[in-house]
Amino acid sequence: MANSPSDNSRRFQNKVITDELAGNITRVEELAYILQIEDVMTRDIKTLTPDNTMLDLLEVLKQYHVSGVPIIDDSTKELVGLVSTEDLIKCLANDDAKAPIKSYMATDLITVKTYDFLTEALKKFSRTKVGRLPVLDKEEKLVGIITKGDITNGILRALEKEYQEEEVRRYRASHLFEDIESDRSSLILRYNIAHYDFTSGGKASSNIKRALLRLGANAQLARRVGIAIYEAEMNLIIHTSNGGSIHVEIEPTQISVYVWDNGPGIEDVELALKPGYSTATEEVRELGFGAGMGLVNISRCVDEMDLQSEWGTGTHLTLKIYLKGEDIFGEGYQKRQGEDNES
Amino acid sequence: MNINELIEITEGTLLTEPIDCSKTIRGGCGADLMSDVLASIQPDAVLLTGLCNPQVVRTSQMSDVAAIVFVRGKTPPEETIQLANEECIPLITSPYGMFELSGRLFQAGLPSFERPISDN
Repeated sequence: MANSPSDNSRRFQNKVITDELAGNITRVEELAYILQIEDVMTRDIKTLTPDNTMLDLLEVLKQYHVSGVPIIDDSTKELVGLVSTEDLIKCLANDDAKAPIKSYMATDLITVKTYDFLTEALKKFSRTKVGRLPVLDKEEKLVGIITKGDITNGILRALEKEYQEEEVRRYRASHLFEDIESDRSSLILRYNIAHYDFTSGGKASSNIKRALLRLGANAQLARRVGIAIYEAEMNLIIHTSNGGSIHVEIEPTQISVYVWDNGPGIEDVELALKPGYSTATEEVRELGFGAGMGLVNISRCVDEMDLQSEWGTGTHLTLKIYLKGEDIFGEGYQKRQGEDNES
Repeated sequence: MNINELIEITEGTLLTEPIDCSKTIRGGCGADLMSDVLASIQPDAVLLTGLCNPQVVRTSQMSDVAAIVFVRGKTPPEETIQLANEECIPLITSPYGMFELSGRLFQAGLPSFERPISDN
């Protein structure tokens, strides 16, 4: 029976986890299958022997603010009983405070192992009325005690740690530009867009928007850049012969977007820039696009737009977004620039 | 207005996995042209639309739409629902038309979140 603690397959034993069920498992429930008793139990415990008196117990309860004490046999050092506040009340009601603990302690003990998962303790708590479970190691030696409170605290600690890890990840990304020093740092994201691939249409812009948010962009900036690139991405999907590519270069004080394709190109660039002008097919219009607003929309979202196109060769669209004040990526970068100016 | 109130007023059905229902909806927008949505919608709006393809979700993600209501009892294909689940945007289908739904939501106090598209 004694499975090794590392045997993770045991985590979900006797449970058929369907996709649907897995989707409904909360992180807290999951943690109950991941955390082991030894991760959350109280290790530093006070014990007594069967021949100590109930008065000794009273002292320990008072001094250590606990509500139960494990009883260890003096010679064998084995766990032989557990005595709680309730037993003490019974004893006091009998006016029997000088009696040895062995006449009041519980001896039919329910225990858990250090390598059991929290679910094991939770099961035992719900099936019995006990408030604490002695924890034994592989050699059946007492090493700790676990209460419902320990479980709650343990899970909260684990959740907090996970939250902090995500925070750290976000922090690292948002400080990329101050952590890496160079004369001019930039981060380039490259995406290839396939012609007529409406299913993945918007995936690139979606990823770019997420990257900007991770780098510390505010919602408004991410939205503006996201919308501009999404329109450009849909243009590649709808209007090109072979798709195209999007490069986004992110620098602390500006974002440059380069959208390329190799054809067919725009016949009349001036006309294409007119609101409402569109060459989209009926099929594309049915998909909700081709209103002739794409390029107009892009130009409104960015600070600079340059459209170069030659019929038969292809189109180059360049977009610039200049970052000012709090939009600048990396606080440290801004500070460093300031110091450079002062010196 | 929150998602639960939105479902109640539109007499709609939630098509996506139950998510954060405390999300606040601050306004509304009705459109079938995604370019119009991108050009005119303000953040945290509910989008009323008759268009059911995944681009509705992409467009909504780009423009920070809080929820999407499909009008006239339309139900989107599975890939649209899947994408919405990934991006955590609630999808609702309502038996009412765009006109009736706009009226109901406007009456419930939701302002229009559609800006005019022309620059002038």
